[in-house]
Amino acid sequence: MSRAVVRVPQQVRAGEVIEITAMVAHPMETGYRTGDDGRIVPRHIVRELQCEFDGQTVFRMTFFPALTANPWVAFPLRAERSGLLTFTWTDDQGRVVIERAELRVS
Amino acid sequence: MRETDRRGQNGVGRLARSCSVFAIGGAAMLALSSSMAVEQAFSNLRPQPLRSGFETMSPATQAMQARDSDNPAWFAVEEGARLYQQPAGLQQRSCASCHGDARGALREVVPLYPRFDETRSAPIDLSGRIEACRVRHQQAERLPPEDDRRLALQAYLGSVARGLPMTPDPDPRLQAARARGQERFNQRIGQLGLSCADCHDRHWGQRLGGSMIPQGHPNAYPLWRLQWQSIGSLQRRIRACLVGVRAEPWSAAEPAWVELELFLQWRGAGLKVETPGVRP
Repeated sequence: MSRAVVRVPQQVRAGEVIEITAMVAHPMETGYRTGDDGRIVPRHIVRELQCEFDGQTVFRMTFFPALTANPWVAFPLRAERSGLLTFTWTDDQGRVVIERAELRVS
Repeated sequence: MRETDRRGQNGVGRLARSCSVFAIGGAAMLALSSSMAVEQAFSNLRPQPLRSGFETMSPATQAMQARDSDNPAWFAVEEGARLYQQPAGLQQRSCASCHGDARGALREVVPLYPRFDETRSAPIDLSGRIEACRVRHQQAERLPPEDDRRLALQAYLGSVARGLPMTPDPDPRLQAARARGQERFNQRIGQLGLSCADCHDRHWGQRLGGSMIPQGHPNAYPLWRLQWQSIGSLQRRIRACLVGVRAEPWSAAEPAWVELELFLQWRGAGLKVETPGVRP
């Protein structure tokens, strides 16, 4: 299953501020709900999203319970030059999802 | 108001009865006159103008559906695309082994469902068709009706047909079931004594407890529902409505589901397939 979808605009001019969006497939179980047996369903959420541009962190976000399943994040980025964007999601169980996208600046 | 409602309903009831008599009694005649006669008999029973649920949602929810990279149901579509290619069962055949590229062979067929299944001599919906294919041709294990994989395949096939108009299959063998679906649509049920038509024909566009009542079309299923936080089927949506009017939901084996879907598909004919949709 594809675990993440990121969108990076095409045809970007140098110096332009662009919008990056990133969505990851995740149940985001809050840890506050009870299951059919009345017991608490253990918390299972994404802890952190980190976005690196050619190895340099350009965006980082810490997640908390009560975010939607399959959390969707958008953030602005000033595009100075072409390079590789690497998105890393880490969850409560230590599972890591990595997605890469090319940024082409003309 | 009450009188008008009642009269309206009696009219609909009579029409439904005459249609089913027509469909059962005159199979040969039906074949000749095709669906035209039924078309005319039913034509005043569609909401006017036809509106997809998409049009009555908030701009934020519309935006989620508008771009695939923003639509959480897209994960199911991609999973479905993978499953379509994956060999399964004793035969180790995939969907693609027989059907080829879904964007070619199946694209035109998906908006016709539910269709008539020769083997069962009964109408079958797309989900049932996927299951039948798995059992008959792949000899693979059964998938429960709301299984993620079954929903994923359905979402993928729906996404392939996106933009095509929902088109009721003119097969005359479907007419009797469609008329029964229409009767269900107009039948008052549950402790609240409401029919589907009470809300979705007579009060669409108005609000029920703060939520917009849509016309209730099946053109975007399976879809991502914000309330569910997951992708779900048309049946799940209808089940929620049944529980909402405090009626007993039908069992999974009931033909009622596919009959009602046949009618809904006819009722919303012409609306474009939006699968996978997003709804509040």
